[in-house]
Amino acid sequence: MLHNLNTLDDKSHLFYNFSHLTLPLIYITLIYFKLNMNTSRRKFIKVGALGIGSAMVATSAINVFGSNKNANKFIAKSIPVNLKRTATYCEVCFWKCAAWVHSDGDSHIQKIIGNDDDPHCNGRLCPRGTGGVGMYNDEDRLKTPLIRTTINGEETFREASWDEALDLIANKFKGIKEKYGAEALGLLKHGCPGWHFEHLFKSYGSDTIAEPAFAQCRGPRETAFSLTFGSWVGSPEPTDIRDTKCLVLIGSHIGENMHNTQVQEMSEAIDNGATIITVDPRFSTAASKSKHWLAIKPATDIALLLAWMNVLIEEGLYDKAYVEKYALGFDELKEHVHQFTPEWAYGITTIKPEVIRKTAREMAHAAPAVIIHPGRHVVWYGDDTQRERAIAILNGLLGSWGRRGGFYFKEKISIPNFPHPAYPHPKWDWKDIGENYPLAQMGLTNEIIRSSIPSENPKYPVKAWMVAGTNLIKSIPDTKQLEAAIDALEFMVVIDTMPMDITGYADVILPECTYLERADIVRSATNREPSIAVRFPAVKPKYKTKPGAWIAREIGIRLGLKDYYQYDDFNEVIDWQLKELGTSREEMEKIGVKKYPRKSGPMYLNEDEVHEFGTASGKIEFYSQELKDLGFDPLPKYTPHPEPPQGFYRLNYGRSPMHTFSRTSNNPNLTDLKDENNLWVNPKVARIVGLKTGQRVWLSNQDDIISTFSIKVRITERVRWDSVYLVHGFGNDNKKLSRSYGKGIDDTQMISKIFVDPIMGGTGMRGNFVKILIENPHKAIEV
Amino acid sequence: MRYAMVIDTLKCVGCSDCVVACQTENDVPIGYCRDWITETVNGTYPNVDLEFKSERCNHCDNPPCVRCCPTGASHVVEGGIVLVTSNECIGCGACIESCPYDARYQHPDGYVDKCTFCHHRLEKGQLPACVEVCPTKCMYFGDLDNPNSEVSKLLKNRKHKTLAPEAGTKPHIFYLI
Repeated sequence: MLHNLNTLDDKSHLFYNFSHLTLPLIYITLIYFKLNMNTSRRKFIKVGALGIGSAMVATSAINVFGSNKNANKFIAKSIPVNLKRTATYCEVCFWKCAAWVHSDGDSHIQKIIGNDDDPHCNGRLCPRGTGGVGMYNDEDRLKTPLIRTTINGEETFREASWDEALDLIANKFKGIKEKYGAEALGLLKHGCPGWHFEHLFKSYGSDTIAEPAFAQCRGPRETAFSLTFGSWVGSPEPTDIRDTKCLVLIGSHIGENMHNTQVQEMSEAIDNGATIITVDPRFSTAASKSKHWLAIKPATDIALLLAWMNVLIEEGLYDKAYVEKYALGFDELKEHVHQFTPEWAYGITTIKPEVIRKTAREMAHAAPAVIIHPGRHVVWYGDDTQRERAIAILNGLLGSWGRRGGFYFKEKISIPNFPHPAYPHPKWDWKDIGENYPLAQMGLTNEIIRSSIPSENPKYPVKAWMVAGTNLIKSIPDTKQLEAAIDALEFMVVIDTMPMDITGYADVILPECTYLERADIVRSATNREPSIAVRFPAVKPKYKTKPGAWIAREIGIRLGLKDYYQYDDFNEVIDWQLKELGTSREEMEKIGVKKYPRKSGPMYLNEDEVHEFGTASGKIEFYSQELKDLGFDPLPKYTPHPEPPQGFYRLNYGRSPMHTFSRTSNNPNLTDLKDENNLWVNPKVARIVGLKTGQRVWLSNQDDIISTFSIKVRITERVRWDSVYLVHGFGNDNKKLSRSYGKGIDDTQMISKIFVDPIMGGTGMRGNFVKILIENPHKAIEV
Repeated sequence: MRYAMVIDTLKCVGCSDCVVACQTENDVPIGYCRDWITETVNGTYPNVDLEFKSERCNHCDNPPCVRCCPTGASHVVEGGIVLVTSNECIGCGACIESCPYDARYQHPDGYVDKCTFCHHRLEKGQLPACVEVCPTKCMYFGDLDNPNSEVSKLLKNRKHKTLAPEAGTKPHIFYLI
């Protein structure tokens, strides 16, 4: 049994909006959800399951972000104080922009402003970085360590001291190591906290480590670009957008993903008169900035890419000198794409042959200052490495890799490791767990999850997890499998700043303080010129929260790993590293970001010199012998993918500029802009189904998975009639998240069918189909 | 001196950073805003057009809010900036009703609040917070009386529009289209 949820919150929401949009509205809608019995060992613990529906302004054409809707609420004004500024880099997303925190140094943050010298932000944070203050102020934060316990036959969490929680974790880890070996401890992580726990795990003898950033995000492109150019794309992407003449986006929605430098440079490219070509079934923000929007039929991108290659080769528009000098396998490619004419692609993609030819010629005209953007979240249909290979080959044909306005050669500073003994060698690690996917270049979360399910008879069984800084419930598709794995674990500890869905499954929850309250690892990332950035605490940690560095060390000491932690405070590590990097805390406190001269040579190819690419042949590999030897297609092919049956629509999902996945979904500043997602529906579909904008609907997918919560319909011409679209990261199922609980639908919940990329193990998620349910399938009692 | 803001709709992505930056710069309580984003969609798939606009007080040459203010709290200062002196404001709301841009709101402390073009920052030689934060650099701020200012040049060379010109308020937020 889960918990008694009969306490209905008698809470009303008063919405006051601008008069030309709507009249003041008072809506009180209370929906009471019945709960299902949960028979699993590891019951998800939540305080309640009360949904509060609400109404919002919306017309068919106008959408508003930001409105004076709390006009009846009294909110105390902050007290003016003498502010100081502290250097940090942002942790609201993975872009890690350097910034200045303006605070009183104790408990009040006024604002966060980008650092002018930072190549990631150039002094301009995105809305999430500006709203990062909400992460600190969020009253729903995790406040104290929590331990799962049973009271009166019901599972719940009780508050615990740090010592008790850390001792428990250390004892459990020791027990697992004794029984199964340290390798059976799996770490699933993201962001800066992940770094600290990776060191802990490796010191203890486990390299059973993975993060969703690979198999649920950018893995296919890293594998494909490695195969083709011998180099990862990496993050931030080395796309020379500011100097490009033609930017081609394949489903990449820059401007809705606020990858700061990319957005800034796309804007610069617009100023410079660059041509933007966007391939997307949805009229994305980027599409609206484009000269050509190719409203492609979903799941047919490879056909278009092959046809573009066909035009470039058949019309002799490719960069012949570049291809001759640097590329291998052109003849095989030429023969391969000969058959893939624009007329052939038209029947598949619905893009007219003349449009395919025209856009190919525009790319060639701009070449080599042209970018066929690799994208970022590219796990779509399971043949994603091949699609990314096609993108890489197209860039090769146009000669854009290593050219101004194409891709530059990135460089970063390597941060010296604080001295510690060599890590012990685990008997098996992430590579062994992912052995079915020969070109997985990082740990596969999905394979660690599968290896945690005894009924799967895993060769490398995983028995306990630490989850740090990633809300797996939202980041990993196929919730059923994930829950089966969690259910089988002997122990699970979750470290986060917020009570995200995943914390409800933990045995122990540790509250990390936010990035604004802690010192952290020195940032180094690939860029045009190398730089470092620092993060120092701007305010004291709120509640009983602690920095990830401290938590990892405390567990390490308890595990007898003192040799790996030869310092009392992580600040000693930072000071030592800064000294090694030729700077100091004093200097970095003043400047926040330090740039270094390039050492690896020029940013672009020197045409007079021989260039050795990182591939096996040292050349750009159009034809991949490596793929061939592994039994895969050496050149990309188009394969048809399933289409939605009658009454179903393809579920597409994406980002909104004011949120980072589910991480920000409860942030008071950012929920103020957008507090739930909407279901984008084409007017034709709305007519057939009988939908109105603002109406609440539920979704049911091809496997009869029904969404827990409802979502408001947005009828818009920006989406195709064969698909629906929603922003990822909403529909939180934990009442402790007071602003986001039950708001919108979680796309991940509806993604139960996964198309695994056989080359690198990525989980393709764009082949799920949904029905729109007008009646509440949970038989709600409306008050 | 005549301050104006010029916003390039061809670059704006509607991210709402201007809204958050204004809130944190000006202590605008959560649930309220001095600026906001509108998204307008026209056309039929696949011939669609999309426009984002960052909107706020237009600091009009002919401001109805100043005319109708019974206490003189709403007033115009140098550069054409329309301000509200909070301790002179009785919160009657006449100005809120009179504004064709819905740019004013009742602050929970009782007075009426709105965009000031970050007057306190201009005094220090800084740009308004929204302009300074914008990742797309789609917002420009400056003096229209100076023909060499960026805003003057943009309005000279680029097609632009204002909101509700029919209201006769002579607004000073211009949108490049």
